[in-house]
Amino acid sequence: MKMKLEINGSQYEVDTDRNMPLLLVIRDMLDLKGTKYGCGRAACGSCTLLVDGEAVRSCSYPVSLAEGRQITTIEGLSENGQRHPVQQAWIEEIVPQCGYCQPGFMMATVALLNKIPDPTDEDIDQNILNVCRCGTYFRMRKAIHRAAELNKSNI
Amino acid sequence: MRSITISNSILISAPILVLIVLYAFTFQEMEGHPAEKPQQEEMTPEEAFEVMMQVLTHKRCINCHPDGDRPLQGEDSHFHHLGVVRGPDGHGLPAYQCNSCHQDRNNNFSGVPGAPHWHLAPKSMAWEGLSPGEIAHSMTDPERNGGRTIEEVEHHLTADPLVMWAFEPGLDQEGKPREKPPVERGDYILAVKRWVASGAVIPE
Repeated sequence: MKMKLEINGSQYEVDTDRNMPLLLVIRDMLDLKGTKYGCGRAACGSCTLLVDGEAVRSCSYPVSLAEGRQITTIEGLSENGQRHPVQQAWIEEIVPQCGYCQPGFMMATVALLNKIPDPTDEDIDQNILNVCRCGTYFRMRKAIHRAAELNKSNI
Repeated sequence: MRSITISNSILISAPILVLIVLYAFTFQEMEGHPAEKPQQEEMTPEEAFEVMMQVLTHKRCINCHPDGDRPLQGEDSHFHHLGVVRGPDGHGLPAYQCNSCHQDRNNNFSGVPGAPHWHLAPKSMAWEGLSPGEIAHSMTDPERNGGRTIEEVEHHLTADPLVMWAFEPGLDQEGKPREKPPVERGDYILAVKRWVASGAVIPE
């Protein structure tokens, strides 16, 4: 089945099964490798991206649901060569260790800050339920607060 | 001459064959679907209540009617993994909604269940730990059921796709079919309608 997708502001056409996970379309058909395959069970959050600004686990999201919606992946965060505040904060706080899960955390953070611009630690703990096997949670928490500051200073 | 004889035989035998097939089909239908309407009429309100409650007390329903802020999941009704909570409206938290993972259909690739408007029942409709009678009182009480009339309760119980999901719960993360309630969907719907039509009396 042919479908049109809007990803990071660009138009794509794909011809695949309508139930194909969006993650596999993005990675294997469109070669956008920033979004990671982790568990394939919507549990770890490595595959998190945004659909119409909402965080979704793309390994468990049929591609047909994404038609007519705006998809944002980690590749689409920066604009005009300018780092997104979340990217900048991640660099300042030297968050990643192995780095594999980080795109998913960063996209979940963007969704969080869209809804709660100045989150508390509790907001962070409850709204970001991704998994990091390196245990970088505390650095991520600092980076999320830093990203909230950067967002405010950008306004 | 021979071909004419064959054609005549076909002409004569064809209607008979059609009649036999039609008779067999009708008979099979009667055998295969044992007279649903008479069954509904024959069911007493108490029997209808019992059939309905076999479904409503099943884990496929109770897991989303928890007595607390965390959804339950699985055949053993454990707390939902990863600290998932109900949030202010039963749809999860602002940046981590139920539909971050649960879409409008089952996903048998990932084992994540789904149905339209996937969410938890409100706390006022917590059924976990309640008896069938207590569940019935909660769902017929407008103070607790969101102001629904009994007709609206019947519609929710028999036509809401999220409720009907219980009968098509898909595969779990190990690729095994999730357990369905012990009553067939059609029998359950008939039982609910029969119970409501008879006055929605809750047995003591």
